[in-house]
Amino acid sequence: MNIVVCVKYVPDAQSERAFREQDKTVDRDAVDGLLSEVDEYAVEEALKIVEASEGEVTVLTVGPAQAADAIKKALQMGADKGVHVCDDAIHGSDAAATSLVLAEAIKKATDGSPELVLMGMTSTDGVMGVVPAMVAERLGMPQVTFASELTIEGGSLRARRDGDAASDTIEASLPALVSVTDQINEPRYPSFKGIMAAKKKPVEQWTLADLGVDAGAVGIDAAWTKVIDVAKRPPRAQGTIVKDEGDGGTKLAEFLAAGKFL
Amino acid sequence: MAPVQRLMPTEIGEELIELTRDICAKELAPRVDEAERRARDNGEFPREVFDILGRAGLLSLPQPEEYGGAGQPYEVYLQVIEEIASVWMSAAVGTSVHSLTAYPILTFGTPQQRTALLPDILDGTRIGAYALSEQGAGSDIGSMTTRATRDTESASESDSESDTGSTSEREGDGGAGGEGYRITGRKAWISHAGHADYYTTFARTADSGGRGLSCFIVPGDAKGLSFGQPERTMGLHADIVREVMYDQVEVSADRRIGAEGQGMAIALAALDAGRLGISAAATGLAQAALNVASAYARERQQFGRAIGEFQGLAFLLADMQAAVSSARATYLYAARLKDAGRPFGAEAAAAKLIATDAAMRVTTDAVQVLGGAGYTSDFPLERYMREAKVTQIFEGTNQIQRLVISRHLLGG
Repeated sequence: MNIVVCVKYVPDAQSERAFREQDKTVDRDAVDGLLSEVDEYAVEEALKIVEASEGEVTVLTVGPAQAADAIKKALQMGADKGVHVCDDAIHGSDAAATSLVLAEAIKKATDGSPELVLMGMTSTDGVMGVVPAMVAERLGMPQVTFASELTIEGGSLRARRDGDAASDTIEASLPALVSVTDQINEPRYPSFKGIMAAKKKPVEQWTLADLGVDAGAVGIDAAWTKVIDVAKRPPRAQGTIVKDEGDGGTKLAEFLAAGKFL
Repeated sequence: MAPVQRLMPTEIGEELIELTRDICAKELAPRVDEAERRARDNGEFPREVFDILGRAGLLSLPQPEEYGGAGQPYEVYLQVIEEIASVWMSAAVGTSVHSLTAYPILTFGTPQQRTALLPDILDGTRIGAYALSEQGAGSDIGSMTTRATRDTESASESDSESDTGSTSEREGDGGAGGEGYRITGRKAWISHAGHADYYTTFARTADSGGRGLSCFIVPGDAKGLSFGQPERTMGLHADIVREVMYDQVEVSADRRIGAEGQGMAIALAALDAGRLGISAAATGLAQAALNVASAYARERQQFGRAIGEFQGLAFLLADMQAAVSSARATYLYAARLKDAGRPFGAEAAAAKLIATDAAMRVTTDAVQVLGGAGYTSDFPLERYMREAKVTQIFEGTNQIQRLVISRHLLGG
């Protein structure tokens, strides 16, 4: 089975992140980026599936030039080839536009007939979690989101979805799109051999024109939402001190209830 | 704390450092405290460290690719060791020791021995111990008493079980013919003893002092091999150290590395390279101590300001930084000589001397910066200080390093 894994290049959460003054988008030049950690689970799951049977894993990303690093990491882990959609017009795209570009790129990468598409359940920067559902809709595929276990059997798949109270087991026919949680596996590290092998693996560079996507349909001007202003989180305020005058327990409970912790 | 600035000679080198930092942060750092404690209290050996490093290919960076290594220069390999040491000293020393045990096979073994032995060693499937020192033969290797005697009968037995099969392989390995050996004696201070899969063992084959030694690869499950209790050491607990006892241990002739009598030359050549690993590890340990101390000096307030603003501590920290930088520069210089195929023995000895003395001083001063807090195990500095001490002792004491350097300088 051939699998397309959609991955995102995100700013390193360890570093100081900021927004650009002119359009309030994330300042990508100011921080180091990396392969979104949740996407490592999607890559790992794809590798496990093809290792157990056969097929190829294609890693797809939409992002600026530096996003090639996210593809490189996935190739070092063992994916077979990469597709990088890079076009200045994409800058500032919202989730809907991102899903459009991803869907068209998936079609092009699979000659119109994808078998299985894997994604992380959400990115670690935007944390919207809607792109998998949107891509599935655009491709007309069953969407199985938040999978914490995945089995492929013949023409269908079975996935476990953990809720607060119970777990669901969901079956879907292939082709399908599955988004995975960080419970599904333990992603491997690249190895020296993986790093060497990645250098010889093909990575295709596509623009919007290659995908037949109208530049007016994506980017910051086409976005359905607009960021008006950003502000730094205020410094931590002085905490509340509850003095126990025999009613300390009650006051503590009231404090917790006011904050909806109880 | 920003990571150490490194000038790597290649893009691959940069990627290996990135991979190492990732593995150190996510796999080694969460394990170190618990594993060191379990090793100290129960003698448990953290074998999983070798599995993790082996899978990533980090146990075999300097060895050639044809045997499963990464073919990387020492300039890259040693900086990886330094990165590992800055998170877990025992893991870095373990990696260096493992490389040391493979060195004789790689450098003095026959092509058949290399093909038969190295792949499993280099991917971490089998880990090694280096059995050279004895209670009565520490710095004075030539006085060792562990003896290997030729034994025709045992050789024919072990030949039939030999994993390399063909008997023709032994031709050209120095004319040992079909004979095997029986090794009897005791080795002391052996890292990984009782847990290693093979022992790179030096034993006497003739009564001619340093010229009568030979090198053997002894399987860890050989009959007659036994081990003492783990030594109660001051630090570096996860580097389990014990005595190794050999009682008529049979070794087939095709597991002798090099010619009879070549043992001393093999041991010393391996140590030249091994010392570079220890230099890099000591540098990483010193860097780790400096990181903790400088972060603390920025945070800790006394007399209304950060203690780092007092010149007394600022200059102490500056001296620590200078010591770490010179340790790193010195081992990298020796590494570049080795990579270029030049003689590097004196420079490796100087690197070992400078880097391990720096580690001792920097870790001690780091405890001083933290004061009482540094003396407690709430911070890792007291552990770093205990671990630094042994680096001045093992793989040739720093007195022996001075001997090596002065002999290179003055001859003799």
